[in-house]
Amino acid sequence: MELDAIIRSILILSGVCLIFGALIALVHGRFRVFEDPRIDATVELLPGTNCGACGTPGCRAFAEALVEGEHQPADCTVMGPEEREDVAEMLGVAAGEANERVARLLCAGGNDVAVQNAEYRGFETCKAAATVAGGGKGCTWGCLGLADCEASCDFDAITMNAARLPRVDPVLCTACGDCVDACPKELFVIMPAEQHLIVQCRSELEGDEAEGLCEVACNTCGKCALDAEEGLIDMVNGLAVIDYTKNEIASSAATKRCPTGAIAWVDNVQLLDRTEPATEDTAQTTG
Amino acid sequence: MPAKPTFRSGVHPDDAKELTAASPIRRLAFPSEVVLPLQQHTGAPAKLMVRVGDHVERGDMIASAQGFISSPVHASASGTIRAIGPWPHPNGNFETAVQIEVDRYSAQMPRRRLVPDWEELSREQTVAAVQDAGVVGLGGAAFPAHVKLSPPPDQVIDTLLVNGCECEPYLTSDHRVMLEYSERVYLGIRIMLHCLGIERAIVGIEQNKPDAIEVMRSAAPADLDIEVRTLEAKYPQGAEKMLIKALLDREVPSGGLPGKVGVVVQNVGSVATVAEVFETGLPLVERIVTVTGHGVRKPGNWIVPVGTRLRDLVAESGGLTDDASEIIFGGPMMGIAVANLDTPVLKGTSGVVVLSESEAPPKEHYPCIRCGHCLEACPVFLNPQRLGNLAMSERWDEMVDHHLMDCMLCGCCSYVCPSNIPLSQLFGMAKTALRRRPAA
Repeated sequence: MELDAIIRSILILSGVCLIFGALIALVHGRFRVFEDPRIDATVELLPGTNCGACGTPGCRAFAEALVEGEHQPADCTVMGPEEREDVAEMLGVAAGEANERVARLLCAGGNDVAVQNAEYRGFETCKAAATVAGGGKGCTWGCLGLADCEASCDFDAITMNAARLPRVDPVLCTACGDCVDACPKELFVIMPAEQHLIVQCRSELEGDEAEGLCEVACNTCGKCALDAEEGLIDMVNGLAVIDYTKNEIASSAATKRCPTGAIAWVDNVQLLDRTEPATEDTAQTTG
Repeated sequence: MPAKPTFRSGVHPDDAKELTAASPIRRLAFPSEVVLPLQQHTGAPAKLMVRVGDHVERGDMIASAQGFISSPVHASASGTIRAIGPWPHPNGNFETAVQIEVDRYSAQMPRRRLVPDWEELSREQTVAAVQDAGVVGLGGAAFPAHVKLSPPPDQVIDTLLVNGCECEPYLTSDHRVMLEYSERVYLGIRIMLHCLGIERAIVGIEQNKPDAIEVMRSAAPADLDIEVRTLEAKYPQGAEKMLIKALLDREVPSGGLPGKVGVVVQNVGSVATVAEVFETGLPLVERIVTVTGHGVRKPGNWIVPVGTRLRDLVAESGGLTDDASEIIFGGPMMGIAVANLDTPVLKGTSGVVVLSESEAPPKEHYPCIRCGHCLEACPVFLNPQRLGNLAMSERWDEMVDHHLMDCMLCGCCSYVCPSNIPLSQLFGMAKTALRRRPAA
């Protein structure tokens, strides 16, 4: 009697399993969605950081776009040249011209050169400090130095230098743009690496007013515009503005007579400490 | 003593009003320069009407209102326009401002009426005259006064509430106005009732100003339906929604304005200013400012030309003491810290509080211990500790779900927090972040 109950229940369970198994097999066959196996293979090769620098919402979406041919492997700024080739080879497409881009800070006014009107006491983030008297910094446009950008960077590309300015390592920077969003003063821009001429100032003040707040401010003297190649630099709203569509003709000539060093020719790393010797591969011309 | 009407929650900070409550209002000498930012009010900035080198007389319009929720700016002293450009603004940024070099020994002369006489005007004309005179709410938010005086047609207003609470600690300018200019306050009420087309007004005053209550009661004109009521002294009693709850027991719905419950609230200072512009014929060119705190040598109440630089005002008040550590525009609870002595006094600057090191000791903040004091203190019944946690991880949208927009940044939560968490600063930061974000 007991044995009978056991056997019966086993039979019923097996029957149920068979029925549902058959149903699943049927549904699986009928409603099958074909997914290109290359997508999974590509995802394996991608860095998996989901940083969004390529413009798609993550690495899987980028892989789908690659397979569709909507993007080129070079659009991923995180991969190195070798990984790029691997992906290109696997998909049988051209790797594409890598457009090296990097985050640049439009402020050189560290705590050694910029006037601080008041000491900020409170929640130690730039966003919070910016709501209280502009963080107490004399220049309202300048970097507050509380490192919101450093915290936002997924690639450890940003470190604060001795003057509390964020220094971006161009090798680690993937141009994902997180720091651009993090900065309440909107000081970060993503630039092609071949744009070397940078005005590291956002102050709309002119002349002594600008220099009174920061030793390295653009004082709108206009010498860079005169020295630079025709039409490259224009003085707009208290600042030198570089026309990057004419970037090929730019040279470091424009920085030579800048009295404050606001305009700089950046070869690699920006915002080196003044005491640091400029070596061959980290040279920065500062007027 | 029977309990005075009030609202639920709130805090009782030390009001320190004894520093200036007994100082009569004095007139500040004209400074050598005034600086008038185009953005002195809530709403669209005023539109510039002058050029560098122009000569202006006191009361001349130098920037016109741009749209309905905007207010013009008038020259607060006769002089020559020296420059127009970025200048330190109390909000901490540099904003476009007109710098006027004041004529020395100038006759800051009485002149032809610029504001028409109100008794000959219709309701709409009176409201328009209030806007043209550049009157804004003088309690701090600087909301253009004419907007509140012309409610949309679908709203039926029955009562004008005149806010004489002055619940912010330290400040005494409204207190002094009620003592010294009670007639003017009542003239202002008369004009505002005319604008609104209603009969009834209630003046609410906190019980810590018995002299003001007495003066206002005895000066009340018999031909108007005006009542002066005593309220419990509690912060933020002077917030619009709290005042309406205390005086009329009506609750303004979340996200709504006082018009929703048939009420218009005006600050005593704004009421007196409306009367003043019609009396003198001059637009809003000066205001009463309390300069106080233990960080300034001679605290007092001053009539100050709008645009006077903080530097000049402080110098006139005997200068800063050696241990002055923090300067605040407005009251210590809701005011904003100012870091630059060139910052000008604006139409909405009700006070300049200079705190000494001992009044504002540096405080370290600690993690939240979930004690719930902030929930009990919040006058609009929010959950500040939850909002604070969300703000620290920048989850702005969830903060909106937790009714961030009902927060008026009164600072009660920060005041009671035993861990010194700067909660209201975090909420201000969240509101800034949401404003900056492009509308999706």
